[in-house]
Amino acid sequence: MLDQSTVARVELDWAGPERLTMNMGPQHPSAHGVFRAIVTLEGETVVAVDAVIGYLHRCHEKLAETLTYAQYPSIASKTDYVAAMTSEFAYVMAAEEIGKVEVPKRAQYLRVICAELQRVASHLLWLGTWCMDMGGALGGGATIFLYCIREREDILDLFESLVGARLLYGFYQVGGVRYDIPDGWVAQCRATIDRIDQRIGEYEQMLEQNPFFLARAKGVGVVSRELAQDVGIAGPLLRGSGIPWDLRRTAPYSSYEDFDFRIPVETDGDCFARYRVRMVEFREAITIVRQALDKLPAGPISSRPALKSVAQIRIQKGESYARVEGPRGEVGCYLIADGSAKPYRMKWRGASFSNLSILPHIIPGHKVADVVAIMGSVDPVFGEVDR
Amino acid sequence: MSLDEARSAIGARFSGAEVGTGTPLVVTVSPGQWAELAAFAKETLGCRFFSFLTAVDWKEPGLEVVAKVDNLDDGLAVMMKTRLGPGVSTCASLTPIYRGADWMERECWDMFGIRFDGHPDLRRILLDDTWEGHPLLKSYAVDTPHPPYR
Amino acid sequence: MKGPIPEIPAPIWRNFKDLQEWELLHKTRPVDDKHSVLFESVTEGIHSFPGGFVVTTAADAFLNWARKSSVWPVTFGLACCAIEMMATFCSRFDVERLGMVPWASPRHSDLMIVSGTVTIKMAPMLLRIYDQMPDPKWAVSMGSCANSGGPFRHGYHVVKGVDRVIPVDVYVPGCPPPPESLLNGLLLLQEQIKHFKRTGQRAAPNEKVD
Repeated sequence: MLDQSTVARVELDWAGPERLTMNMGPQHPSAHGVFRAIVTLEGETVVAVDAVIGYLHRCHEKLAETLTYAQYPSIASKTDYVAAMTSEFAYVMAAEEIGKVEVPKRAQYLRVICAELQRVASHLLWLGTWCMDMGGALGGGATIFLYCIREREDILDLFESLVGARLLYGFYQVGGVRYDIPDGWVAQCRATIDRIDQRIGEYEQMLEQNPFFLARAKGVGVVSRELAQDVGIAGPLLRGSGIPWDLRRTAPYSSYEDFDFRIPVETDGDCFARYRVRMVEFREAITIVRQALDKLPAGPISSRPALKSVAQIRIQKGESYARVEGPRGEVGCYLIADGSAKPYRMKWRGASFSNLSILPHIIPGHKVADVVAIMGSVDPVFGEVDR
Repeated sequence: MSLDEARSAIGARFSGAEVGTGTPLVVTVSPGQWAELAAFAKETLGCRFFSFLTAVDWKEPGLEVVAKVDNLDDGLAVMMKTRLGPGVSTCASLTPIYRGADWMERECWDMFGIRFDGHPDLRRILLDDTWEGHPLLKSYAVDTPHPPYR
Repeated sequence: MKGPIPEIPAPIWRNFKDLQEWELLHKTRPVDDKHSVLFESVTEGIHSFPGGFVVTTAADAFLNWARKSSVWPVTFGLACCAIEMMATFCSRFDVERLGMVPWASPRHSDLMIVSGTVTIKMAPMLLRIYDQMPDPKWAVSMGSCANSGGPFRHGYHVVKGVDRVIPVDVYVPGCPPPPESLLNGLLLLQEQIKHFKRTGQRAAPNEKVD
């Protein structure tokens, strides 16, 4: 005999349109990483999304309990691997807050310069991949992808001459930074950001005069103010929904109060609004880098002696939650120290984890093609989601 | 709502709560008052931004659940904590109050084995559904073998 | 004039059990290529004629040249190495000049560049994608996470190297390997393909064949 739930399902299939459950598997060409979305479709409209994550769960939080404060920053890079210094920043700031470690002014300015350059590099990658997702890898989307990666390579060259690595660094250490800028770096940096500033204008023009781009981005994936706060998304998603919250302005850290920049806020809450927020953030990040390069003070780059052993840094008992405004939002590190060289508990508040949890709330009602556009504008990095 | 107003409001409403000083405002309550505190933070203190929810394994004293909420208009940050006690691994769910607690509580279930009463869909989020054990507990070894992969 | 060749000391295994485990795994790895009975019988028929070897050798060389000049990788970016892989595919470190067009569908590709950490949850998916690729196929393990588990080796959810899941032909070390290293690995793979024999003999992983 059929039970009530089966009867209900059969009736739904008879009476209403058919529902199809489709898998957007962990390997898909929309180049965001390992993410699985099980979408339930009615025709072409998405009715429900079940986001399955965890395909990149690399046990960061458990490993942090086995690695010392000197060893972990390079591993911290690997959470948000597109803007790696953001995560290092959060971890190092949390340790410094508990240990009451002073950071010299020059180190603070260098941290700001690198954080803002990372923001530009990360937004370049976001723009390239989002437009490639919407335009198609073999169609027009690859154009802007190649352009953006070309600019990003210039910034990665800057990092390579500073730190020695292109993508994942161990630049931030408890007490300051690890390397000082070499000769000629300031001039190269200025030339690079001038060039990028001018080219961003060209890309903006190219995109905003394109009716297909506007059709795919305007009105798609609207996030209301109330939902944005309730779920806890941050960064350009929050500012695209009308909330003027930027940690660099509201809770300034590492000398951000010395710089003059504006916070872009859009009220529409759709993909286009988030795009506009990020485009303005490009300009503002470049402004901050210029100001920091102008005002860069001389002095030591770290308040602690150079590292000679891995267990050199000991932090006394305490806990703190340090957060930075990364390109994706609030990256936070909740650290509980117990007096030894290793933390007792370390939790990453990943910006992308909270941002991604908004997908089941906003995707239903859109077409299948919009899923890709929305995911791109949410800009997840799965190192942060899965940790 | 400023820090002092918030502190006095919490002290008035929740007797027996330990309220810290400084930012963020750390409030420790008993597990029975957990959901009540969250609702109070959302309605009265105006903390509508849900930052994160996690847990800490303190070994003998048991598990502790930590959540942080923010008031974006006033810049007030409240960190709520509750000690579940030795051997206890259930807690009230904040999902009916803050929708962002959904995935965070699933992660706590996955990593610590804390069951949240009132959560609509408590299943593992980062690990496989067939995984045995809760990794972030201190009794779980970091390099637990899992043949044939490791 | 070549510079002095640096003496790279042998790796010191911290854990003898690890070394035994790795050696056992690589000894018992299954042979990958399939033998085609029809092809072998046809080859033998050609060889029975005088000068038949010239035909098969030339055919082999031609086929292998075609294979190595047009290796299509399936875009299998898992983690940070995927960003460097994307940078390799772009205009500065172009791989399209080598004939490699990154292709999303495994059904139409020859190469799987495993870039990033393989986790236990992802391993069956990886194997499924690898199985969907038609023969002959190659695999490049990019980055230290795919080589051996990398910095996350001791994590409970990390597979200690993708060679526990699929057979690997070239290992590219680095964290992440800069695009130059990946290009080096891909050129080495092309050399290996040049010497690939249809009867199923492949070069050992990372072997330099001339």
